[in-house]
Amino acid sequence: MRPFEYARPQTESETLDLLNDHDANTAVLAGGTDLISLLQDDLQEPQRVVDIKQVESMHGVTQDGGGVRIGALTTLEEIAASPLLENYRSLADVVDGVRAIQIQQMGTLGGDLCHQPNCWFYRNGYGLLALEDGESLVASGDNRYHAILGNQGPAKFVSAARFAPALIAWGADVRVIGPEPDASEWLPLEHFFVTPNVESQGVSILKPGQLISHVRLPAAEEKISSTYEVLQMEGLDWPLAAAAVTIDLDRGVVREASIVMGHVAPMPWVAHEAAQSLIGQSVDEVSATRAGEIAVQAATPLRDNGYKVQLAKTAVKRAVLAAADMLEGVL
Amino acid sequence: MWDRNDQNRSRPDFSRRDFLKGSAAAATATAVATQGPEEAAAANLKTNVFAAAATSVTLNVNGKNHTVKVEPRVTLLHVLRNTLNLTGCKEVDERSADGADTVMIDGKAVLAGSRLAIECEGKEIRTVESLRQGEKVDAVVAGFVKHDAMQCGFCTPGFVVATRVFLDHNPKASLGDIQKGLGGNICRCGTYQGITACALEISTGGK
Amino acid sequence: MAERKVAWKARKDNSLIGSDITRIDGVEKASGHAKYAADINTPGTLFARLLTFKGGAATVKTLDTADAEKTPGVRAVHVFNGVGKEVRWDGTIVAAVAADTPEQAEDGVRAIKVTYEAKPHWVDEEDLGGATAAKRTKPLGDNQKGEVAAALKAAKHVHKGYYGIVTISHMCMEPHGSHCEWDGEDKLNVYLSTQNVSGTGGQFAGPLGLDASNVSITCDYIGGGFGSKFAVDQWGVACAQLSKKAGKPVRLMLDRATEMKIGGTRPSGFIEVTIAADAEGNITVWDSHHWGTSGIAGSTISLGQLPYCFDGIPNRNRKATGISTNTGPNRAWRAPPHPQLCAVTDTVIDDLAAKMGANSYDIFMKNLDKTPKPDVYAEEMKIGAKLIDWKAKWHAHGKGSGKGAVKRGLGMALHRWGGRAGATTCTVKVHPDGAVETFLGSQDLGTGTRTVIAITLAETFGLGVADVKVNIGNNSYPKANPSGGSITVGGVSGPLRRAGLEALWKIYDLVAAKHKVPADSLTAKGGKILSAGKAVCSWKQACGLLGPMPLEVQGQGPKNDGLTSSGVAGVQMADVSVDIETGIVRINKLVAVQDCGLIIDELTARSQVYGGLIMGIAYALSEERVMDNRTGRFINADLENYKLPRIGDIGELVVHMYQPDSEYERGVVGLGEPPVISTGAAISNAVANATGVRVPIQPLTPQRVLEALKGAQA
Repeated sequence: MRPFEYARPQTESETLDLLNDHDANTAVLAGGTDLISLLQDDLQEPQRVVDIKQVESMHGVTQDGGGVRIGALTTLEEIAASPLLENYRSLADVVDGVRAIQIQQMGTLGGDLCHQPNCWFYRNGYGLLALEDGESLVASGDNRYHAILGNQGPAKFVSAARFAPALIAWGADVRVIGPEPDASEWLPLEHFFVTPNVESQGVSILKPGQLISHVRLPAAEEKISSTYEVLQMEGLDWPLAAAAVTIDLDRGVVREASIVMGHVAPMPWVAHEAAQSLIGQSVDEVSATRAGEIAVQAATPLRDNGYKVQLAKTAVKRAVLAAADMLEGVL
Repeated sequence: MWDRNDQNRSRPDFSRRDFLKGSAAAATATAVATQGPEEAAAANLKTNVFAAAATSVTLNVNGKNHTVKVEPRVTLLHVLRNTLNLTGCKEVDERSADGADTVMIDGKAVLAGSRLAIECEGKEIRTVESLRQGEKVDAVVAGFVKHDAMQCGFCTPGFVVATRVFLDHNPKASLGDIQKGLGGNICRCGTYQGITACALEISTGGK
Repeated sequence: MAERKVAWKARKDNSLIGSDITRIDGVEKASGHAKYAADINTPGTLFARLLTFKGGAATVKTLDTADAEKTPGVRAVHVFNGVGKEVRWDGTIVAAVAADTPEQAEDGVRAIKVTYEAKPHWVDEEDLGGATAAKRTKPLGDNQKGEVAAALKAAKHVHKGYYGIVTISHMCMEPHGSHCEWDGEDKLNVYLSTQNVSGTGGQFAGPLGLDASNVSITCDYIGGGFGSKFAVDQWGVACAQLSKKAGKPVRLMLDRATEMKIGGTRPSGFIEVTIAADAEGNITVWDSHHWGTSGIAGSTISLGQLPYCFDGIPNRNRKATGISTNTGPNRAWRAPPHPQLCAVTDTVIDDLAAKMGANSYDIFMKNLDKTPKPDVYAEEMKIGAKLIDWKAKWHAHGKGSGKGAVKRGLGMALHRWGGRAGATTCTVKVHPDGAVETFLGSQDLGTGTRTVIAITLAETFGLGVADVKVNIGNNSYPKANPSGGSITVGGVSGPLRRAGLEALWKIYDLVAAKHKVPADSLTAKGGKILSAGKAVCSWKQACGLLGPMPLEVQGQGPKNDGLTSSGVAGVQMADVSVDIETGIVRINKLVAVQDCGLIIDELTARSQVYGGLIMGIAYALSEERVMDNRTGRFINADLENYKLPRIGDIGELVVHMYQPDSEYERGVVGLGEPPVISTGAAISNAVANATGVRVPIQPLTPQRVLEALKGAQA
């Protein structure tokens, strides 16, 4: 790591003040499970690292009207333990998939949403887009873990944010603060992520000197939800594909549905048509399978990742069935 | 100083009667996070900002306070291993994807290679070495020996700490819970069978 | 007096041998007190960081270390590959920087200015056509036995297939490296991560112009070797050179990515094979061509042992082609190259059985007459089959009763290894106060060598394991074999038993004279010397008869006195489940039945087998080196994308140590390597049985499983 200043603000406004020195060539440090690796590999070179763990207002899970507000510094363990989040089962599913006590106790929700891609070209220093003389190294290299959707532009990595599909499927909003000390804005989490066309766009709408402070979930009401992650390993591992669904099931008939896929595109991928296909149906093997097929019908796999189409399709099907407690006969 | 001869002597088996409690709260001297006035003035920095240069950091490790002079970019792992000679936690991988650097901070499992030393002021840090006092060893240490949950031993300290913290938080853990909780640690030699046996025995038997 | 014979005790007379004895260094390891090469914090120790080549292949065009030398905290810079030198694979070390802190060393590395002239690279180890066109292939042998063509014509069942297993890294948790300190100008003390304490001193002495007697090598604990740490390597010598330049101790350990790239690899093999059998299922033909890589040297798995274990197949062609790749060179990897040989043999036999509509177990059993130890394999197969419930759970390939996406299946494989005792000497010292110690320059890789040494002497003298002080890990002690080839347990236990007995007999003679009892009535047990079963005196009292000087006896081996021998078999069986919608494979149960002659410590012996099974699960299901053709880089040289199994990935492991009296009588045979050999093939066979489809290449990742299933549907 290159040398950097270290700052330890106590409030949101102090955080913004300290983040915006050095022309905002700064970095936010929460649990450190991604940032420290990025710094070790010289993928980010901030002049100041701002440790936000003392900012009380960003901790904890609280009631927010009929919904729930989650501080960005809430750890995975705290999410799983919070009684206020009991009815948002798709979040607990994500926590359950992170099989390491260290990450459960260190990792934060905000950190997860801001996790940089794991694309091995990116991590080996070739940039998010891995372009060399305008040519994509990903397209001509080993792309077995890369995007099957949203990959027609230069970006072919997959989003690493594990909580994003579930939160988006619940219609979550995210609060972004800064860069000005009094600037804050709630926006739908769905609009937080971007697919970059140039390196500098990054993977989210966060401008230098901004950060996430909270996520807000609407009331769960009676909705059912699930996240299904296809994980090769039983230990700590990244999903090969994932799908989160939230369904409003009224007397056995789907009134509303939201399906979001993860780790298949540079952003969390909202499967509108697949969700539509469930409206007016009951949840069963047939409707769930169909939703899966529709979710991937526009997939444009690369040379090595065709198998991920099958995985994404299966993740959608199984998430739908799991939400209705109908998933069985799977590993 | 490390005496080579000490390392060559075989040790008698240790009595397992007593063991340390997993998360005894030691009195912690709260270290106030400010920098020296000269440093701040020189760097013209705001409050709660530390310059990039080496600065005094006080860490409470295994019940004792240590003041070290390190740059903010120095990880807790390096301070523990290189400055405080607590070499139990190991450096295996720059991304800490292996768990061999696991330590306890305020009773939680932390990858010391993913944490800056300066972040840890005012916290209670405990390393694997704190699970042994002379002949007394923690039940997890004793269990690892009993079930032969080690071979080369390089991943073992990290596993012992992760297991200790995991069982502190999940005293009645099932096999499935154990497998999920300890999935952040890699063993290349293949000692998972013994580790599982140790964790299950402590879990079902109570502490 | 009856002739005294060097031998192990009769099985029933053992107090320690044959039971579970916990490691004598267990507490040291589990409490973090064991010191490895990177744990030596001599005041003033400098930290080294490496500049490595990040590309496919190149020559170094320009190299300027001036700014590195001037970087604050930097004390020395060492160039490995200067201007004009070829760097032929990703990860090649260009230079090393030693500084007061690791961070300053990194600053120094960043300050080095280097440019390369890229050269063409070839990193694809499977694409034989492409490699041939790129002129990267060479023939590696072609030999025949019998009459393949005629036998094929006459055969009743013929199966043709394609199989393979990719390159993996050794992935020791502790990387290669050392801590070097100079004592004056001409004495060097090295704390080295090594499998070869007794033999590495000279590798420093030569290049550094020192007397070999002035190089001290210490390795009390090593965090894994698996065959990759016999040599000192260029970076070991460089560590010493940096230390000399800087006038301070230096710690140089490879970083993880470099460790994976250049610390050692296991060669790959891809095979096109035809196998045939007669109507009864006797295999009559093996005809294969295989290729793969061992790195730039362009070798592959040796063809000399194909078809693996079934040497007696009468008609055989085998041909090998090597591919030269710009990748880190191979080193011996646990039982080289048996895991790969097994992976491309036992899978083929299994598919032949499937083609015949036969039970795989029956075809393996039928053809044991072509293996070196048919009787042992037969017994081990029977035991294994009971433990995994083969009879009840077997079904024809793909014809299991499972509904839904999960299919279950069984597979088996078998293996062999040598494990002859290595050449080792030791000193056993018995003090007049009864204290016992031994000195030998061996190392304990985690196999339990320290404990085996203690048990051997304690058993001999009738003491407890805690009564024996074991001194290993330094080259000033009598020389011991390098730990490779599974030669250590025999290598150390033989000399210790011999020396122990010689010492014991001397003590018996003293006791006999003093207490006026016949010397050959004496035994040592429970800390006492007994005559015809009655206590005569304590061990301490007996040692008091030695006078003022300790008794010192040298032990040597190997000898032909029956304490050790060579040759093991081994059978493994797998019960797996496959989710055919995701391609994920889960281990339900793995059964290993393993012989290794006389077992000194049952506990650590079983651990070796568990460990082998788990390393087998790794290369069977998830572990692989991915070389990116486009960039020529080892693109997954990190522990997230290079997938090793974790605690939840192993299923139920059942280990049965096969030790009837016939095995006990053989004496000690090595065990460290065999348990890793047949696991991959057993698992692959179980997946084929579960799904009815062969996934040809190991590891059987979801990608490969799904592609095989899709291919079968087409």
